[in-house]
Amino acid sequence: MSSPLPTAVPVARCREEKPSVHIPIHRERGQREVFCGLTGIIWLHRRIQDAFFLVVGSRTCAHLIQSAAGVMIFAEPRFATAIIDDRDLAGIADANDELDRVVSRLLERRPDIRMLFLVGSCPSEVIKLDLSRAAERLTKQFLPQVRVLSYSGSGIETTFTEGEDACLASLVPQLQVGTAAQSSEPSNLLIVGTVADIVEDQWTRMLTTMGIRNVQFFPPRRSGDLSRITVGPNTRVLLAQPFLANTCRMLVERGATHIPAPFPLGVEGTTAWLRAAANAFAVSDPAFENATQAARARGMRSLERHREVLEGKRIFFFPDSQLEIPLARFLSRELGMHLVEVGSPFIHRQIMGEELSLMPEATRLVEGQDVDSQLARCREARPDVTVCGLGLANPLEHEGLTTKWSIELVFSPIQGYDQAGDLAELFARPLRRKHLLEPELPVREALPCN
Amino acid sequence: MQLTLWTYEGPPHVGAMRIATAMRDIHYVLHAPQGDTYADLLFTMIERRQHRPPVTYTTFQARDLGADTAELFKRSVREAYERFQPTAMLVGASCTAELLQDDPGGLAAAVGIPIPVIPLELPSYQKKENWGAAETFYQIVRALVPRTPIKADTSPLSSDASARPRANLLGPTALGFRHRDDIKEVKRLLELLGIDVNIVAPYDASPADITRLPNAQFNVLMYPETAMQAAQWLHKEIKQPFTRTVPIGRNATRRFINEVASLANVDPTAALHELDTSSRAAWYARSVDSTYLTGKRVFVFGDATHALAAAAIAQDEMGFKVVGLGTYSREFAREIREAASRYGVEALITDDYLEVEQAVANAQPELVLGTQMERHIAKRLGIPCAVISAPVHVQDFPARYAPQMGLEGANVMFDTWIHPLMMGLEEHLLGMFRDDFEFNEQAGSSHLGHLQPAAADAEGRRAMLRLVAARDSTEMSRPESGATHIATDDLSPTDESDTATTRPNEHTNLAAGAATTSEPAWTAEAQRELGKIPFFVRGKARRNTERFAAERSISTITVETLYDAKAHYAR
Repeated sequence: MSSPLPTAVPVARCREEKPSVHIPIHRERGQREVFCGLTGIIWLHRRIQDAFFLVVGSRTCAHLIQSAAGVMIFAEPRFATAIIDDRDLAGIADANDELDRVVSRLLERRPDIRMLFLVGSCPSEVIKLDLSRAAERLTKQFLPQVRVLSYSGSGIETTFTEGEDACLASLVPQLQVGTAAQSSEPSNLLIVGTVADIVEDQWTRMLTTMGIRNVQFFPPRRSGDLSRITVGPNTRVLLAQPFLANTCRMLVERGATHIPAPFPLGVEGTTAWLRAAANAFAVSDPAFENATQAARARGMRSLERHREVLEGKRIFFFPDSQLEIPLARFLSRELGMHLVEVGSPFIHRQIMGEELSLMPEATRLVEGQDVDSQLARCREARPDVTVCGLGLANPLEHEGLTTKWSIELVFSPIQGYDQAGDLAELFARPLRRKHLLEPELPVREALPCN
Repeated sequence: MQLTLWTYEGPPHVGAMRIATAMRDIHYVLHAPQGDTYADLLFTMIERRQHRPPVTYTTFQARDLGADTAELFKRSVREAYERFQPTAMLVGASCTAELLQDDPGGLAAAVGIPIPVIPLELPSYQKKENWGAAETFYQIVRALVPRTPIKADTSPLSSDASARPRANLLGPTALGFRHRDDIKEVKRLLELLGIDVNIVAPYDASPADITRLPNAQFNVLMYPETAMQAAQWLHKEIKQPFTRTVPIGRNATRRFINEVASLANVDPTAALHELDTSSRAAWYARSVDSTYLTGKRVFVFGDATHALAAAAIAQDEMGFKVVGLGTYSREFAREIREAASRYGVEALITDDYLEVEQAVANAQPELVLGTQMERHIAKRLGIPCAVISAPVHVQDFPARYAPQMGLEGANVMFDTWIHPLMMGLEEHLLGMFRDDFEFNEQAGSSHLGHLQPAAADAEGRRAMLRLVAARDSTEMSRPESGATHIATDDLSPTDESDTATTRPNEHTNLAAGAATTSEPAWTAEAQRELGKIPFFVRGKARRNTERFAAERSISTITVETLYDAKAHYAR
């Protein structure tokens, strides 16, 4: 059975190996059309089911989360905003007393809450409201019922998915400290980053079949499970999401070893990702094949239908979630798409190293954003698919470009073998749709230009 | 600090964006941190606009705070001017930039671009979206309308006595609730009165159009929330009167026609005749079919304009009873309080969603008329709801023409408000047989085809969903729907489909029932009487009657028993 992996893919042995990156990265500064880190609350509050997120911010923050979430959900939320007003700014009311009052009211209303995050915002950062001290104070008051933590999701410090990074980093001190064992043998595998429950279950089955018994996921589904997660010198960390640089660094500082790997998007990415874990735990090749072979073949079959639509099509990524590079790698290598431009808000060399070594060499990589010049380049290039945020999608559709809203990629189960086809479909669907609504288009496109 | 789950209004700079986005040839440079660009999606996703809002954000980050954010702002102004070539520019700060105190107005003036630059001072920690919209529109009007009053002899108004009178329409914005369609409807009313529209603003107006506002005799103030301040200024500065009546509802439309006619000095007869003869809503409300609407309890909440209008329509044009009235527009608290006292209720002036939820629960209305927040509240409480005011969701920007104002607005509201209610006949039957498992007050209106359970108990909801799903899947295959097999209280999907296929027919059942079970037996006469009840409630009538008999140890059900049961379960 031939592996879809090219032999060049490094099978990393828990050491920081910087692959030689020869793709130039263009840096851009200007207006950034991206969400701030508060937006991460929209999926985090569903992931950690007994946690509540209280943003300490302005009406703008409340409106942002509501609008970003309102497009998709309108259920009883496990998030709210403590809106700072004039009295807090003028010092008429003591901001800390006010915060205590708000938290008390909130916990009265939601007695089911076990963990409360105070989430810092742009205004709370600028007025230097110390939420970490407030969290300590409130924890003393509400333990053992509720633990209060804090992190910043402000736009001046975090871009979109970095909010999850900041949240998870604030949770690291809650994890159990693993003592250094005599041997350096790995004891547990910690998979870091929010993925869909179903993906988690698939991976657990697969890794267990390989013989990796102690697999833990971070963040856990319930806050009480945090203390069951061990981090120490025998812990191996595998990132499921690319935007977790700070969390990863903090785990490494606690002795854990990061396993460098591409990200588990697409069949190739998933194989390389699982293989990296398998190598770290000295899983034999037959055991690895046995655990992954069927799902891998299924995953490859699921891509075929979408390859017919996507092969040869040109795609342009606006920066959004930091998932852009792994997505582009998948679309280019497994579905035959041409990468016109791949924009990402940040490119962490170390975390992206494995991915960058898989990218086609001529790829135009852009870090940062100047939205107006990027739009100009996009219009000029007229890609077949443009991946962009909600603010840009309809205007570009109106201009005749086919778009894929990027936020969906953060909210859908897209990782792993059994989701590879679904991921491809997210990109194929806008093209299929265009063909359904304007069936004459491809014909016209097929005509020779004159 | 205020604890907020959902907010009715965004910050004031979003109000400014609603004005800028509604207009043409204007650009707004907003000093704001990264992330504040989320506001674009309100317009491109919720309203499905085809263009990006004309807004440039400085999107500063932490590293810029140590450097020079003022220089960043100036660069943004310069580049926005060069790129978009607007004919006027708005400059201002969002909440975070307000704390930096960079003075956008002064900085923009220093850049020296050759177009009017209008600085906006929108205090984010005090004010909200509608205030921001009103203030922005007012500042634009103040900055662009020529100060010199138009002399009587050169005024286009008096140059030709035979010319038709002209009016401006003030207030419609981007992201407004049905503003797009209201403009068309008000234009139609003015056309009926023989009045021309000079300028509609800010919707689709350019800065040049704003300078031409004085070429009208009067202003139609469509939305006081966004244009009252501008209308008052125009009244004071260039002696343009404005209308006080917002034409939402038939009665208000009638008053509006009369008010406009007297402002323009035209004859209202033709317009009033049209109103009297063409309103379907007026006839529908009087038709016997609508009798069941009488005295229905209605809770109204929204912006002041729409809440006032909805309450008046509910009480005077639908024959409902207003049991709650409130607004999040504190600026118009006085008007709401006056109206509330007219309905004998206490006005609810709040922007606290939790307080509104409590008030709705306390009032126990049969219909909620509100914003998307009240739709959420009503959904939780299992009460029918129609949306009458911003803030609204994407589905409240319908593809079809659906105004709130004028003649067609009244028709649209009749349909929209009645739709979520149980229909009259259905309601009668519910009053008669109150707890059928598939046809009861908790199951929601049958014509909506989905569940609106009042039961807070989640298990109860799931159970009901299972039953409804089972009913829907077996309905088609039943020989005699509802008539033959509904007998047990604890039907599970399997039970029901089993029952549908295996249960013996009425007669065998009758015999078996009399002989072997404690179920009361029906006399032949009572059985025939039962057969006269419409099939879709026959099962319920049967079950209720049997239960009534069982509870009283009546072994034989006669016609008398059937009617005794009916009397017992009737409200």
